[in-house]
Amino acid sequence: MSRTPDWAGLRGDFPILDQRVHGQPLIYFDNAASSQKPRAVIDALRHYYEHDNANVHRGIHELSNRATTAFEAGRERVARFLNAGSADEIVFTRGTTESINLVAAAWGGAHIKAGDRILLTEMEHHSNLVPWQMLAQRTGAELRFVPVTGDEGLLDLARLDELLTPQVKLFAFTHISNSLGTINPVAELCARARARGVTTLVDAAQSAGHMPVDVRALGCDFLAFSSHKICGPTGLGVLWGRPAALDAMPPYQGGGEMILSVDYQKSSYKQPPHRFEAGTPDISGVIALHTALDYLDAIGREAIFRHDQELAQYTYQRLAELPNVRLFGPATDRAGLVSFLLGDVHAHDVVTVADQRGVALRGGHHCNQPLMKRLGVASTARASFYFYNTRAEVDRFIEVVREIQKFFAV
Amino acid sequence: MAEDLDELYQQVILDHCKTPRNFRALPGASRRGEGYNPLCGDNYTVFVAMDGDRVREATFQGSGCCISKASASLLTDAVKGRTKEEVKALFGQVHDIITTGRVTGDGLGKLAVFAGVHKFPARVKCAILAWHALVAAVDGAETPVTTE
Ligand SMILES: Cc1ncc(COP(=O)(O)O)c(C=O)c1O
Repeated sequence: MSRTPDWAGLRGDFPILDQRVHGQPLIYFDNAASSQKPRAVIDALRHYYEHDNANVHRGIHELSNRATTAFEAGRERVARFLNAGSADEIVFTRGTTESINLVAAAWGGAHIKAGDRILLTEMEHHSNLVPWQMLAQRTGAELRFVPVTGDEGLLDLARLDELLTPQVKLFAFTHISNSLGTINPVAELCARARARGVTTLVDAAQSAGHMPVDVRALGCDFLAFSSHKICGPTGLGVLWGRPAALDAMPPYQGGGEMILSVDYQKSSYKQPPHRFEAGTPDISGVIALHTALDYLDAIGREAIFRHDQELAQYTYQRLAELPNVRLFGPATDRAGLVSFLLGDVHAHDVVTVADQRGVALRGGHHCNQPLMKRLGVASTARASFYFYNTRAEVDRFIEVVREIQKFFAV
Repeated sequence: MAEDLDELYQQVILDHCKTPRNFRALPGASRRGEGYNPLCGDNYTVFVAMDGDRVREATFQGSGCCISKASASLLTDAVKGRTKEEVKALFGQVHDIITTGRVTGDGLGKLAVFAGVHKFPARVKCAILAWHALVAAVDGAETPVTTE
């Protein structure tokens, strides 16, 4: 654990990083949107399709057995990744978004009624907001929000107890804000909710694969993340659910794989997790995610967290030294991303110029429209890091920022 | 700065984005058009006052990126005194130059500065947004337009 990873060597595992964009070496600072994939993960996809491809849980032939064994081994691996009690607590979905929609539809449909409240925070991604709005509209429940303090982007936890009224049935919140970089105190929030009998859902899209995430230590009831943000393939996500919570949930979608027996008029359903996985799953994706998790844990998530945090802290300080820079999110203890604005220059103009210099940033509302309104901005520019990014890249990025300032005279 | 960038952000564009012209509401406006690109957050209202079939005055309000704002600013200057048909013909030429960089017909004047936009496909929608709002205004359309 204490040995320092060979960061430069690891960077060499990512074929895509070795290229020029608009004639300049690529600096990929859009990791919060999606990470790049190491060769091992790409090879795992290829190996599966070249050797083992078949449908799972259906065939009794050799290839189907191999595919099924590898797919279920992926489930075991995710359970270990999250320190879950068993692989039966792991449901595969299309991504964080579908994981949250699954809980909103299946758990929400069974447990939420008119007059109930769902507590969220003002910093949620649209995918942890819109599904609850839809549930509220369907059921007559109401949404409430833990406020964000301002540009420094912390939750106003002094307000939490008064917001956790007896009507609140669910508290859903993000572990790390994708636009502010705030790391929320998940264990404390879950404990305070649990003390009042409130079910909790953690959006771990920005934290899983970036820091240790242990569902037992966090004490939540549901947790969601996406494969594509942590070196795995796109189109795959995970929902972890506490066994009692999953057991009490009706199915989400109907179809093959999720049934025990089917009659023309009615059917009976499998136990979790299969009850929630109708149809042929993303088999190759799960197998490649397994490889991605092995890859990440060989580096060590503590080490990845420290690396990304140091880069973000360094970036924040360097930007703060420049004139007319507005920075968002906490000044210290932030996750590996920095959101900023340069004077009155629109984020898309910043991103366009940076792109011409080979620097991939994200500009926009980051699927946080209400939060942007709350902060009084239309959008921000964001640099987000992963373990293959370097200080030299940040230095180059700062040079580019100064050019942008000169260009737009701010 | 790279050449492409200088073509995109021509001095005229930088100037109009820093100091937009006709950047106000128009109390006597007979028509208004809304343009909104939700992904970018670019949001403009174009006001026009007509004298019969002719644009007497055009102004705009709203916020967005440099390209969209400069486009709205130049547009309000360019359409004054033109008939509805002339505005639509101009829109066709502006559309051509923004999407292909090619000049079709004459009469673009300063609007020729948008020739560099087509090299930045993601920014075409910014340059064209206010124009759609203008055409909607001139046509008396009710619903906001988008170019995303
Ligand atoms: C905090 C947060 N939640 C949810 C999501 C949605 O993830 P996905 O699009 O992979 O479903 C994202 C991704 O942008 C995110 O950053």
